[in-house]
Amino acid sequence: MFRRISNIYRLGVKELYSVRSDPVLVFLLIWAFTFMVYEVAENAKIEVVNAAVGVLDEDQSALSRRIIDSILPPYFKPAEEIDGRDMDRLLDNGDYIFIIDIPPRFESDLLAGKRPEIQVNVDATAMAIAGNGSSYLASIINSEVSNYLDADGGESSLPVDLIVRVAFNPNVNSTWFMSVMAIINNVTLLAMILTGAALIREREHGTIEHLLVTPVTSVDIMISKVWSNGLIIIVVASVSLVMVVEGILQVPIFGSKPLFILGAVVYLFSVTSFGILLATLAGSMPQFGLLVVLTYIVMNLLSGSTTPLESMPEWLQFVMQFAPSTHYVSFSQSVLFRGAGINIVWPELFAMAGIGAAYFLAAFSRFRKVLDSSSG
Amino acid sequence: MNAPGESSVRLENVFHRYGDVLALDDVSLDFPAGRMIGLIGPDGVGKSTLLALIAGVRKIQTGTVEALGGDMADKRHRRRSVYNIAYMPQGLGKNLYATLSIHENLSFFGRLFDQNKAEREQRIDRLLAATGLTPFKNRPAGKLSGGMKQKLGLCCALIHDPDLLILDEPTTGVDPLSRRQFWDLISDIRRERPQMTVLVATAYMEEAAVFDLIAAMDEGKVIAQGTPQSLLEKTGAAALEEAFIQLLPADKQASHQPVVVPPRPGDGGDIAIEAIGLTKRFGDFTAVDHVEFAIERGEIFGFLGSNGCGKTTTMKMMTGLSPATEGEARLFGKVLDARDMQTRRRVGYMSQSFSLYGELTVFQNIELHAHLFDLSKEEMGPRIREVLERFELETVKDSKPDSLPLGVKQRLQLAVAVLHRPEMLILDEPTSGVDPIARDNFWRLLITLSREEGVTIFISTHFMNEAERCDRISLMHAGKVLAVGSPDALKESKKADSLDDAFVDYLKEASGIDAKAVSPSERTGPLVSSGESGEKAAKDGAGGFHLRSMLAYARRETKELLRDPIRLAFALIGPIILLITFGYGISFDVEELPYVAIDQDRSTQSREFLENFSGSRYFEERPSVSTPAAAHDLLRSGDVSIVIEIPAGFGQDLFAARQPEIGVSIDGAMPFRAETARGYVEGVTQAYISDLARRNLGIEIVFTEVDIKIRYLYNQAFKSTNAITPGIIMLLCSLIPSMLTAVGIVREKELGSITNFYATPVTRTEFLLGKQIPYVVISYISFLSLATVVMSVFAVPIKGSLLALNLGALAYVWATTGLGILVSTFVKTQIAAVFAAAIVTMLLTMNFSGFLTPVSSLSGGAIFMSKLFPAAYFQQISVGSFTKALDFYDLLPELIVLVVFAFVFFFLSVLLLKKQER
Repeated sequence: MFRRISNIYRLGVKELYSVRSDPVLVFLLIWAFTFMVYEVAENAKIEVVNAAVGVLDEDQSALSRRIIDSILPPYFKPAEEIDGRDMDRLLDNGDYIFIIDIPPRFESDLLAGKRPEIQVNVDATAMAIAGNGSSYLASIINSEVSNYLDADGGESSLPVDLIVRVAFNPNVNSTWFMSVMAIINNVTLLAMILTGAALIREREHGTIEHLLVTPVTSVDIMISKVWSNGLIIIVVASVSLVMVVEGILQVPIFGSKPLFILGAVVYLFSVTSFGILLATLAGSMPQFGLLVVLTYIVMNLLSGSTTPLESMPEWLQFVMQFAPSTHYVSFSQSVLFRGAGINIVWPELFAMAGIGAAYFLAAFSRFRKVLDSSSG
Repeated sequence: MNAPGESSVRLENVFHRYGDVLALDDVSLDFPAGRMIGLIGPDGVGKSTLLALIAGVRKIQTGTVEALGGDMADKRHRRRSVYNIAYMPQGLGKNLYATLSIHENLSFFGRLFDQNKAEREQRIDRLLAATGLTPFKNRPAGKLSGGMKQKLGLCCALIHDPDLLILDEPTTGVDPLSRRQFWDLISDIRRERPQMTVLVATAYMEEAAVFDLIAAMDEGKVIAQGTPQSLLEKTGAAALEEAFIQLLPADKQASHQPVVVPPRPGDGGDIAIEAIGLTKRFGDFTAVDHVEFAIERGEIFGFLGSNGCGKTTTMKMMTGLSPATEGEARLFGKVLDARDMQTRRRVGYMSQSFSLYGELTVFQNIELHAHLFDLSKEEMGPRIREVLERFELETVKDSKPDSLPLGVKQRLQLAVAVLHRPEMLILDEPTSGVDPIARDNFWRLLITLSREEGVTIFISTHFMNEAERCDRISLMHAGKVLAVGSPDALKESKKADSLDDAFVDYLKEASGIDAKAVSPSERTGPLVSSGESGEKAAKDGAGGFHLRSMLAYARRETKELLRDPIRLAFALIGPIILLITFGYGISFDVEELPYVAIDQDRSTQSREFLENFSGSRYFEERPSVSTPAAAHDLLRSGDVSIVIEIPAGFGQDLFAARQPEIGVSIDGAMPFRAETARGYVEGVTQAYISDLARRNLGIEIVFTEVDIKIRYLYNQAFKSTNAITPGIIMLLCSLIPSMLTAVGIVREKELGSITNFYATPVTRTEFLLGKQIPYVVISYISFLSLATVVMSVFAVPIKGSLLALNLGALAYVWATTGLGILVSTFVKTQIAAVFAAAIVTMLLTMNFSGFLTPVSSLSGGAIFMSKLFPAAYFQQISVGSFTKALDFYDLLPELIVLVVFAFVFFFLSVLLLKKQER
């Protein structure tokens, strides 16, 4: 037993040397976990941030200017006045997502109590922000109008006081969300490629054959790949979490970091096993590349890290239960954002471990078979 | 061109170094035309480098290399002379394409030399007839035996009637019969085309004996040149091999003594390893056919046969690496069990190709294996030192194997194989490509192991002098063992003078095909045309673009893709499945938000209020819990997204106009969803209030003073599908095409077929375009299928310009396949290519293309990444023509940008790709 552990350790250390000897690989790893995490979190948010708003001000009154001035960051870029003839073109080109049309005599109609109409044109192809953005705009316009009329606003006269509190993330800041999801997506992609490609390379170079005549089993080889490549990813991901997410992006992390890392370890086991499985399914590096791309996009887009899981059809939600990433996304959100403890997230941990074990077994059953046919 | 006797190849003060290693050290040579010239010498002395420099496939560092009357450093001369030079690189069939048939391989080469169909077919017929390959012309090159591969390689080299034929170790790994046939062929060609110069590097000294001229090399220097006769006279040696050793510097000579095999101390030991009816089939191909033999303990048992005859497969079955289809292998009396770790400790194996880790140093490789074989701590240090010393590896112990000559690498492999003191060694062609002295040293080690330590050695080899040293040998051909016996017994049974002759006799007897080998007299036509064909002369130096060469690559790439159904399915069917999945799966429509309500009032009013939620499709009620704390736990675990708390006294307070509070907590972990949920909750509450006021007070509550009309343009129904599916097309047309091309060039580099690009007239533009076009076509077909699915399955109509969409897609896949090609030109390994293509395209298209975040909302560095990547432009075209109803002119600017991207990627690739190896 001890001997096997020592073998697994030695083989894993060898993996670490392999990665170190490929500078392109090292560069890409670091680039993805630092620069790209930062850019995605900070500059490409899928919430209403920096939305471009154009205003066609046909009224040119004090009120219309007040409305224009009230459209402000962070939700919106300062509104820009546009020419009426350009409206279609600007929306067509995607220069603006929203164009507010304030009609002539708006102010005077309002003062006359005529309930004038304001039109908000929305580019509804920008799904992520069109809905929320237009309701923000509506409430901004309403409150400006109320203030202007110097009314107390409708709220105090309402029979019910609705207090909406956004738990865990009071400012509804998506940097949080995006930065952690960017890390998770990187973990998935890089762990899969690194482990799977390492196996295919050993196969193409014949080194794996040589290992199999030494007292090393295919399970030893697989475990050594899992731990070493998993270790690389977890180190880079942890550093990225502490330095980029907490340090540079200033995201407060409430949850338990050790628990998150434990989850990451379990997740890496399942995703590296998955990488090995893919490598045993692919006959060559070109096939592996395509296979990874196809499976990764699914895991990225449908695990709940991009769009909410419950909006998907039920059959798809069911299928996605077999992807470890689905459980990991839910685990990470619970731990990092909602401060959940192990008493709450243990089902996800178990699910990831179980799925990982299933992949590992599947990969194991194919391991020697593939080796034999490829030597033909 | 050159008359016989005139200088054909001239080198002057040529130096060449790889990093710190000096491969060529001041080489000056002058070879006359029309001769057969041999380069002999140990491995790693620079023979291959020298040939590559002469062929123009490697860039000259210092010195002058002239071939066919011009300077090979001069690009114009290279372009002209390449039509008259043929280069066959080292490594059997390395420049052939395994999935292409013999005929397709030859056609490919013919096209590279811009031969039209009639000319090409005529040449191919002639070459195939002359080499006896005609009956097999539809067989894929990967399924040919070693000898046939080598003949095909030669045919490919001769397709354009070269004046200078450069062969780098053409007969390594080929059985003796095929070897003889090969040299017969060469001498026939020379008779038919006397002006042709043949330049050969070889490890077989006996072959070199019949050459016109010989240059012997050692450590990057030419140590002697002249006719074989003159070298023999000079050294007074009987054979060339001996002469070569005599020519070496004194210190090297000193270390060399002839190999002596002491007799085996008493035979008739017990059986160490035994094959009984051992059979292996791959599909319908029988690689090993009922092989039987038994090897005694301490015996040296040789295994002879050509490449591809089943030797390697047999050996793999004997180690347990490959399970036998039928029959069994017995090791020390027990049936071999691949899972038994104890047997593995008793066997040492050395595979044919170098199979240790290139990224570890010599010492680390040995150390790793010491650990794997569980040498004890006390034993490990001394044992490692011992093998380092015994195999003369101390001086290189900190170098990485990749930088070492083959002979040294083989020593390292043997060192690793014997490290754990196995009782049995299985060595698969350990001396292939190793020079005579190193081979002799290697054998001395083997003999010591056998005679002094009683190790059983099972070794395969191509060298007859090595076979002579074995106690017994077996001859294998086409999966069958032809004969087993001591070398003398085999010679005797065929009444042959040498083992070589005996083997050839056995082969002739056994095989219908090879025995029919075409002897010169039977040949139906000439191999090469003796004169200059007018057309060829006209082509000399023709510059410009050759459509045929480009199409040769395009056609080949297409065939390879079509013969790899898995890759084809990934490229065509994969995207459709993903599109359908994503079309349904990616949705920004927030519905069925799970919530839990804590109603502490339980009044009619509170129930009425909550009914507004339970009746809405946006919300989905979960079983209530008793305390707020429990509810918040549900929120924390993500089981619910909303908690609604209605305080006690809500109903009463409502009527007393005391403005009761309703507390709503929303999970903010996913901001987009939280915001939407907040909007819904507010909407539902407002509706409740209006309703309440209308019913109870009979008044209409007006929440606002203005009427805000929201017009959802392009997508009135505000359905995700309409907006998302065009984006998915953009996504898939970026990821898959770039991955398809990303490994293209680097794979040719790893497998060696890139040589054909270096050694033929094909230009960088032709090569790159040829490699890109098939993938552009495939990707465009994929786009068409995706667009069809979007229109039919998702019923998203194309409202705008169909033309813009199609042209845009074409330009886009041109750009994305171009990006893959670009990646492929600068990375060094396939892993790095896959890694780079995946990361770059995934991260950039997913995040900065406008697919999730509108481009107008990007900030900072993201804007640059969006502008400098084609995805955002095609996103605009795809969404614009599907949903936004934009016409062609609206989308023209984006279309132009995409075309610019395609050209920029292409030109960068051309700049980065080198027409010569460095």
